[in-house]
Amino acid sequence: MSELIDQAVAERALARALANGGRFAEVFAERRRGQTLAIDESRIESVQSGAEEGAGVRVVDGNTTYFAHVDGLDPAEIERAADEAAAALRAERREPRPLQARQVTPLPIEHRPEDIPAQRKAEMLRELDQRGRAEGAEIAQFTASYAEARRQVAVANSEGLFTGDDRTRVRIGAQAVARRDGTVETGAETLGAHRGFELLEDDPGQIAEQAAAKALTLLDAVPAPSGSMPVVVGGGFGGVLFHEMTGHGLEADHIQKNASVYVGNLGEQVAEPLLNAYDDGRLPGEWGSDAIDDEGQPTQMTQVIEDGRLISYLYDRLTAERDGVASTGNGRRESFRDLPIPRMTNTYIAPGDATPEGMIAEVDRGFYAVSFGGGQVDPATGDFVFGVSEGYLIENGKVTSPCRGATLIGNCLDALAAIDAVGDDFFMKTGICGKGGQKVPVGTGQGHVRVRAMTVGGTER
Amino acid sequence: MSDLSSVARRAVEATTGAGATDAEAYVSRESGREVRVHGGEVESLTAATQTGVGVRAWAGHRVGYAYGTDLSDAGVAAIAGRAAEAAAVADEDEFAAPPAPAEIEAVPGLGDPSVAEWDTGRVAELALSVERTALESDPRLVGVEVAIYADAAERVAIASSAGVAGEYESSTCYAYLQALAEGDGARETGLGFGLARGPRGLDPEAIGAEGAQRALAMIGAGKPASRSCPVVLDETVAASFAGLIGGGLSAKAVQRGRSPFAGRLGEEVASSAFVLHDDGRDPQGPASAPFDGEGVPRRRTALIEDGRLRSYLYDTYTANREGTTSTGSAARQGYRSLPSVSTSNLMVAPGTHSLQQLLAEAEEGVYVTDVAGLHSGVNPVTGVFSVGASGRAIRDGQLAEPVREFTIAGELVAMLGAVSAAGAEPRWVPFGGSVSTPPLLIAGLAISGS
Repeated sequence: MSELIDQAVAERALARALANGGRFAEVFAERRRGQTLAIDESRIESVQSGAEEGAGVRVVDGNTTYFAHVDGLDPAEIERAADEAAAALRAERREPRPLQARQVTPLPIEHRPEDIPAQRKAEMLRELDQRGRAEGAEIAQFTASYAEARRQVAVANSEGLFTGDDRTRVRIGAQAVARRDGTVETGAETLGAHRGFELLEDDPGQIAEQAAAKALTLLDAVPAPSGSMPVVVGGGFGGVLFHEMTGHGLEADHIQKNASVYVGNLGEQVAEPLLNAYDDGRLPGEWGSDAIDDEGQPTQMTQVIEDGRLISYLYDRLTAERDGVASTGNGRRESFRDLPIPRMTNTYIAPGDATPEGMIAEVDRGFYAVSFGGGQVDPATGDFVFGVSEGYLIENGKVTSPCRGATLIGNCLDALAAIDAVGDDFFMKTGICGKGGQKVPVGTGQGHVRVRAMTVGGTER
Repeated sequence: MSDLSSVARRAVEATTGAGATDAEAYVSRESGREVRVHGGEVESLTAATQTGVGVRAWAGHRVGYAYGTDLSDAGVAAIAGRAAEAAAVADEDEFAAPPAPAEIEAVPGLGDPSVAEWDTGRVAELALSVERTALESDPRLVGVEVAIYADAAERVAIASSAGVAGEYESSTCYAYLQALAEGDGARETGLGFGLARGPRGLDPEAIGAEGAQRALAMIGAGKPASRSCPVVLDETVAASFAGLIGGGLSAKAVQRGRSPFAGRLGEEVASSAFVLHDDGRDPQGPASAPFDGEGVPRRRTALIEDGRLRSYLYDTYTANREGTTSTGSAARQGYRSLPSVSTSNLMVAPGTHSLQQLLAEAEEGVYVTDVAGLHSGVNPVTGVFSVGASGRAIRDGQLAEPVREFTIAGELVAMLGAVSAAGAEPRWVPFGGSVSTPPLLIAGLAISGS
């Protein structure tokens, strides 16, 4: 952390931030490095690399946060940002506590991606391209992308905390377009982690085949049905369902503004007793993991639902202070240009004891949503929507035709209470979550889950 | 020559010095502020400055890109070196070439002095007034999740080894709120917003009242019956769909077979009631500028007229591929991104119908005021969509009870063919990019509710 900002510079900036009063001040310094490349039409293109540095300074006074950020880590610029943050305050100077350096062990990275020649990354994309296209003559288009990002961060605050983290993430994605006569379908798959290039040492080409297989399967799809029916949600990215329908509503800023359907539900039974759910920023190597959050608080495992009872919200520093509790290490920000707000890390429904086959066998007519293209929720009303990227009909207890164009909609509290089976299979997937204009990496996970009744909005006439 | 243009020139020289055959540098400096208010108090006040450079390097027909925030000589040299290295990794593409310089004409009215003149206290009062108007409108209006004012003033310079050189300044601001209403045992949200070049162009009372009215209108909402029926899209929803259509008209999507409009130039793709232009020079347009992200002059392009597909949107690369000229449609998300084909200001032409007339013509149907899940519920390749929606029922040609938790589904091109009338009053909407559109009447769409 000291390579980003000197302790003396941080101390001076904090003193200037509190020059006109305020109960808390913080300096957040960051160095961002990244490289991306893509293959399209079997050609390597969009080779890009970025290098950014900057700092954000905030001062909190009463219920108001004053924030200024600058590009670059020039000490004079950081102090200018501190002055700017303090400019609107009119109270008496406060003295920050002397900084005490606290060492943090970042998540281990075996092979730094920036040490791997770009040509090798290009070769990997060529392999993805070949394997994706080899899945079938009906694969008309194939694209794949590679992205690596490193964020070195330092946090210093007026309570004497001085710490930092060094985060490296790698992610690849594959998208296939399949075509047969007038029918065109797409399939996508991603693989990502808070790890180095070792993530890609196994068999990254698999995702190309999976994306292509999805697109090919959909060529035989029938229009999705419409109406209310039992829905079985697949593992992994199926966890985006819980992320949207519950996770966001548990973020303490929504709760404190009375803008969540979970307000007043702490300690209440919100789901069947078979449901246990967590937010865990410490899962080794997971996409949504970090050693500390962006306020310097160590990440943790927080159980949010225990045997169907709601037992915790997700807090950053300010919302925790307001509720008189400890931060749950969920204060995250996209970059030094943003204020931290309560965000999920890796959110998941813990494995249950049902088998995927068993829960499907019990459904006469229903829908099987294997994976989603994404989802959205209004935490205040609880209304959510998910676009299904791979879905099938369930008829007489069996998975039958693939369906295209399905969307699941519903209301959080109803849908959560309607989960009547949780599978014993379990895995995590990677996502990019947007909130308040900030995008952060999040993990979502679960085994198969069945919802007793949910509205499927299809294109069937 | 300003300091930004001189940084751009320096970056171009450093990149050709690092071995690139051609180079282009895009430099921007932005200062902005944001005020968020809640409960009659300022919740946060942000002051921001951002400066950076993005460098595109060509090594023959290979292209690479690098960007960074360090504008010192050494910093710029490092960025230039990385751009040249990146180009060496890319594959040859015969159509990749630096844009030729062209006469650049200024667009008047892009800046508003009130951005600089209004101090923080005054814009904070504007945001507070947005919130207050909503809260005082009705006892069922129980809160405002957030009310925000934000502005930004930006200066952009571009230079290239091919002789492109340009610079301009612009400002934008907006205010919005998310109002919360309660009734019938449920909570409803409503969005109100306004866009302008500077704070003096915003009407805080109108913004607050819109959010309140949208939230209050949803109280007691139920699910509509599943059926196919006429649908009126309000301006915000029409803009979201226009944005999806604009995405499909990008020549890149078309050339790579990833657009429902591929291969349909000159064909009938819409009813004559749906007329669409892209205009990068409209003085009111938030995305207006004298030149695009690669220094090509912005212009007005007819996309859909008389129901026929008139043109796609091109940047230099996609134009080279078809032997045509760029429409000035290379967009950037600031210095951090390579230019790529995108809409500037999409403009759906107004028709002659008042909203009342659109509803009367629909007779029985749904007035959609909000859609959700556009990023996951639309297949951009095929245009097939199914998205969550809420709004009001239309009965006997008039607005009736609120409805929510349903989906509207169909296919984009078929929907354009079913546009039977456009409203007379367009509005600038920040959804789907930057869009000006009136409400639209669609003769029939599939609704899935109860």
